This record gives sequence, C-alpha cells and structure tokens, in this order.
Amino acid sequence: MRVGLVVVSHSTKLAEGVVELAAQMAPDVTVLAAGGLPDGEIGTDYEGVLAAVQQADTGAGAVLLYDLGSAQMTAEMAVESLPDPGGAVVVDAPLVEGTVAAAVAAQGGADRAGVAEAATAAGAAPEVSEPAAAAEGARTAELTLRNEVGLHARPAALLVRSIAGLDADVRIRLGDDEADGNSVLALMSLGARKGDRIEVRAAGAQAEEALRRIEALVERDFDE
Amino acid sequence: MACAAGDVVAALREAAEVIAEHRVELTDLDRPIGDGDHGENMNRGFAAVLSTLEEVPDTPGAVLKNAATTLISKVGGAAGPLYGTAFLRAATAVSGKSELDAEAVVAALRAGLEGVVARGKAEPGDATMVDALSPAVEAAEAAKGDGVAALLGAAADAADKGAESTVPLVARKGRASYLGERSAGHLDPGARSTALLLRAFATAAGRA
Repeated sequence: MRVGLVVVSHSTKLAEGVVELAAQMAPDVTVLAAGGLPDGEIGTDYEGVLAAVQQADTGAGAVLLYDLGSAQMTAEMAVESLPDPGGAVVVDAPLVEGTVAAAVAAQGGADRAGVAEAATAAGAAPEVSEPAAAAEGARTAELTLRNEVGLHARPAALLVRSIAGLDADVRIRLGDDEADGNSVLALMSLGARKGDRIEVRAAGAQAEEALRRIEALVERDFDE
Repeated sequence: MACAAGDVVAALREAAEVIAEHRVELTDLDRPIGDGDHGENMNRGFAAVLSTLEEVPDTPGAVLKNAATTLISKVGGAAGPLYGTAFLRAATAVSGKSELDAEAVVAALRAGLEGVVARGKAEPGDATMVDALSPAVEAAEAAKGDGVAALLGAAADAADKGAESTVPLVARKGRASYLGERSAGHLDPGARSTALLLRAFATAAGRA
C-alpha cells in the first residue's frame, strides 16, 4: 500500500502532463490529475479534486500538489471536507519537481509525511555539495555508467528506489560534486553521463547491501 | 425586524440578480490584473444558487450552508473557495436559529470575514475582498442597535468605500499579485463583488 498523489491544476493538460511525467518514474503509485473545470475550461473543480483524493488514498493517505493560489484553496477545502481530514495533506512545493520527488518517495514506500517532505524539499536547490569526509566504516565503489542517458531522470529514480528503505546513508560523487542517494533531483543535478565514473559511498548497517544493489543496477545499464 | 429563512432566500435572490447585472463589469475589472473571469464565475455560482432556492430549507443557517456548497462547487475560480468558506462559516455561526436578529447577522458577517481570512490568508491592505469585508463588519457592529436593515446598509456603505480603497494598492494576494507594482491603479474585482453582495443584502432587508 503506497501513498497516492493528486495534481491539482487550473489546466487539464497541465495536470495530465505532470501526472504522465511522474508516473513514468513511479509505476506503482496512484498519481491522479485533477485539472480544469468539468467542461475543460480553466479553473479548479472542487468536486473533481475531492473525488480524486478519495480515489488516490488507498489506505496510506494522499498528498496533494497544486499550481496557483486558488488551486491551493480548492485543495485545502477538499481535504477539510474528507470524512477523515487527517488522511490527506496539501503541500507547498514546485508542481513538477515536487510531484516527481513525491512520486519517487511514494514508490519507495515512504509514509505520508515522508512523501510530503520529499515534495517540499524539491523546492530547495538540489543538494549537490562538496564531498564530506568519509564516515567511519564507509564502503565505497567506483562504477562506470554504460547506459545511454547516464543519471538522467529515470535511472536516477531507479537508483533511489533500489536503496529505499535500507539503513544506509548513500552519497554519489562525480568529480568534485556529491549528491544524496535518496534525492532524484540531486542525482540528476550531478549531470553524470554515459562513460562517467561515479563513486558510490555508503555508510550504515546496510551499506554493503546498498552498494550491491547500485552495482547491480549499473551493470544492468538501468534496464535500458 | 429579524430574518427568517425566507428573508435570507430573498437576499440571495437579490444577490444573484445584482451579480448578473454586474457580470460584465466584474470581468472587466478582472481582465487587466487577473484572469478575466470573475464576473462569469460569480454569475455561474449565483445562478446555480438561485436554481437551488426552489425548495427552501427551514432555517437561515441551512439556507446559507446550501449556498456555500453550491458556490464551492460551481464558481471555479478563487472566489468559489473564498465565498464558499464565508457562507459556510456564517451558516455555522447561526446554525440552529430559526430567526436572525441584528446580533446574529453581525456574528454571521464576522464569521464570514474570519473564513475568508483563514482561507485566503490575506490581510487588510493586500487589495482583496478583505478590504471591503473587514470595514463592513466593523460598520455593521457599530450600527447593530438600529436593526438588521440599517446595519446591512452601513456594512454596504463601508464595503463600497473599502473597495474604492483598493485602487491605489499594490496587490499582495491572488493572481494580481504577480503583476507587482503594475497592479496598482485598479479596483480589486473581489472587493467590488463583496460590496455588491452586501448592497444586495441591504436592499433585500430594506424591502422586508
């Protein structure tokens, strides 16, 4: 059972497009579009949003993302009118990045708070940073990317999903930049391409398993 | 006089008529600073409210609640959640009463204002409907000793003035806020529709 997502937009096309993008990276997550008025005009449809939230919440709750001001109000009203308003939450996040980050977090089994946090965090600049000193007992592996698109959106999402839930702090390094292995956006920001050599560093009780999974993924060329 | 359910229905009928008359004006106000649909949205919402008034609920609160849910589902723009919340909070404030005296009408107006502020998070001076509604509630409070029609008249006068006061303001909430400084020099359409609604309520109360 995974957290579901609802994309609330003034525009039918915008909502559907964002859903299409997010669904590609999170095949098992219910991501629903609630865009436009019933007649296709620009606007937000309270009843449509309410129905979408109820459908998206399959037991683990739902997270709503919105485009502009009144979509936020409509989303909040819909959540307040649920039989259990605690079952869903409206998050203030960039619509595209936030939905993608939330979808990947939900795919990885994060709970509602975790999914909401992933969406919100997508608003901050991606966490590409100077490499930190290696943690005590950290394990590292150097891997060469052989897949066509490198650490682009889909492979980055696969990498995050492969280690979701493991007790391991994973950092991916390319040259002088380092990214959090749990952040799709940060991984994409590394700009790692085909042929690049990345260094994977993992610490924690399941560091070994995390390394093993990432190595397998790279060897499989991210199933391209 | 006190307002029974039938009087609230009469006020909503008057409101629907006034909104229909001013549909083009509201949209014209919205066009340069918003998305140019305020008149259409409000008219669609109040026309829908009108069509639900054939079977009249038996208390003022029930009439207001019915209007709230209709506005929430039919208006479509920001005005839907905002007016919907205002009517819903007003309905809750007077729920169970069979008639509204001056005190109850003021309580309903105040609850409506609080609902709008909670929903839209706007403050006075942001160039929104709060700039019309907030002084209207104060004026209604001050005039409540003179009866329902008088207090609604005072509220409508204050709302007109409040709406006018949005002209020089730079919008800080809503679609107009994206325009920054360029939003100054325009009468806020939401403040205008608020003033129109209060005037309609006052007109209906004056006839009762």
